[in-house]
Amino acid sequence: MSYFRAENLSLHFGGLKAVDAVSFAVEKGETLSIIGPNGAGKSSIFNLISRIYRPTSGRIFFEDQDITEQPPYDIAKLGIARTFQNIELFENATVLSNLLVGRHRHSTTRLWQELLFLPSVRANEKVHRRRVEQVIEFLDLEPYRDKLISGLPYGVRKVIELARALCSEPKLILLDEPSSGLNVEETDDMSFWIRDMKSELGVTVLMVEHDMSLVNRVSDRVIALNYGRVLAMGSPAEVQQHPDVVAAYLGA
Amino acid sequence: MRFLFKTDYEDDIKLFPHSGYVVTYGVLLALLLIAPHVLSSYLMSQLVFVCIYAIVGVALLILTGFTGQASLGHAAFLAIGAYTAAYLQKYNVPFPVYFLAAGLLTGIIGAMVGFPALRLTGIYLVIATISFALIVEEILARWESVTNGNEGMRVKTLSLLGVAVPRDSPTFYYLCLAVLVLTIVGTLNLLRSPTGRAFVAIRDSETAARSMGVNVALYKVKSFAISAAITGLAGVLFAHKLSFISPEMFTLQLSIEFIIVILIGGTFSLHGAVLGAIFIVMIDPFLTYLKDDMPGIIAGIAAAFGASSATVGNIQSNVAAFASLNGLKGAIYGIIIVLFVLFEPLGLYGRWLKIKLFFQLFPLYKRATFKRQKIYVKSERNR
Repeated sequence: MSYFRAENLSLHFGGLKAVDAVSFAVEKGETLSIIGPNGAGKSSIFNLISRIYRPTSGRIFFEDQDITEQPPYDIAKLGIARTFQNIELFENATVLSNLLVGRHRHSTTRLWQELLFLPSVRANEKVHRRRVEQVIEFLDLEPYRDKLISGLPYGVRKVIELARALCSEPKLILLDEPSSGLNVEETDDMSFWIRDMKSELGVTVLMVEHDMSLVNRVSDRVIALNYGRVLAMGSPAEVQQHPDVVAAYLGA
Repeated sequence: MRFLFKTDYEDDIKLFPHSGYVVTYGVLLALLLIAPHVLSSYLMSQLVFVCIYAIVGVALLILTGFTGQASLGHAAFLAIGAYTAAYLQKYNVPFPVYFLAAGLLTGIIGAMVGFPALRLTGIYLVIATISFALIVEEILARWESVTNGNEGMRVKTLSLLGVAVPRDSPTFYYLCLAVLVLTIVGTLNLLRSPTGRAFVAIRDSETAARSMGVNVALYKVKSFAISAAITGLAGVLFAHKLSFISPEMFTLQLSIEFIIVILIGGTFSLHGAVLGAIFIVMIDPFLTYLKDDMPGIIAGIAAAFGASSATVGNIQSNVAAFASLNGLKGAIYGIIIVLFVLFEPLGLYGRWLKIKLFFQLFPLYKRATFKRQKIYVKSERNR
């Protein structure tokens, strides 16, 4: 059985088939990229996995468990974290507290304990902070630690989103266009981090990306989508040479 | 300027970032403790109201400031707390029991209000909470067997462990102060733990909060319940302070006053609740003073410009008539809110931070430091 599996996943808005019977599987420890022209349904697949949308039909499995009907907050508890295409950070909070929200799935303390800030809460907080500090070091975010998000540039916010997802210690991470809006140098950094995530942290990566150089550098396999359908699946080189993919991008 | 070097996770967690805070708050607490021996009984009474309004302000900050759910129904929560106290008092329930019972009951009702509010945001939530407040007001007026209807209820003198605590005694003031301090400390504890961070996350982006594993519905209900419960506790103190409660005390105007407390104080910090409470309690005597003395002052000015005595008398009576117009207070409140939202969106506490930074950085202070920046526009947001 595969680590993560989508079976005949469909999302229809009235007559529009945003995602149409898409099936794919992700193996543990691999990096799978989803590519495709605008409106191909890439982000919709992510929103289906993280349950922002409810699939019209089809099932999603993670670690042999059917997660199609799980409420959205349980998806994170299972160990699936994500980033957003149009950055969804908590603007009026510091970087540190943004990252600590990423730790939410590991919080075990109860409300009355927190009101009194019992020693157990304090001990938990320290554990959270230690983990967050490791992620800050991993992604070189030290200079921004205590800054408010609302004052930070776009490129940094993008990294903080990745950091917040990593803070939840995910097993599977969904990256929605990690390089969009980044310059060449920042994209380079991103590619190193994605590879390190896989090798050092053992995270399985599912990624939507337009930048083919990044896709080539980090992906083990690539899926090409168009009009909600899978066009091709395979190694980066195979998919790029697939006639249907060439036609989708350049026009037949 | 002071730079903090953090060497321990504890440095991030502790309530007072450095020793300066301990000194400042220590002095403040000492002043508050000796206040009854220094201030006149009128000012002491005002100080008790500041405490009560500040408790409600903190409660409203949890809900509106930190969770981002607006409420114009907090007068109703205050009323429920007050009436619970007055009702249980009739059956000789001791103070600590009905104090906690009022908080518990109001918290449960707050959670019940929270459920329908889950699907509402922004202005619709405001309308829902207004409706709730109106319903409660109506129930208080009609459910005569419990609330004594429009005739109101007399609240007996507070008795704590067998000792009577009159509403104008220093002990009552200390009690209010203690509840305020405990509320603030509890709220600060909440804000530095996962629940508080989840509240802030919901305020800033529900989608992201959900994808990080925050059960948005549960935490919204929690926020409503906590906010309502604290307001209910304040309601008990409010009832004792007034010694008489009736439905027309808990109107929409009171809810608006609570909103003013946090808007004027500042919605991003608990300091705002206290500063706003001082403002709202002190503005009332100030307006009364204006109402009594303004006609005379304006008439005096007119006389100084050589107006005839008939004109002066005319002006005086006209200004007096204007000053005693019904609803003028509401209009002044409205103008205050508008002016603050436009020119001081961070409130009094924000102004204090600006002044502080001005002196810390002198002469390098930049006005743009506190400007709200929008670096990019979100093109698509999933609610």
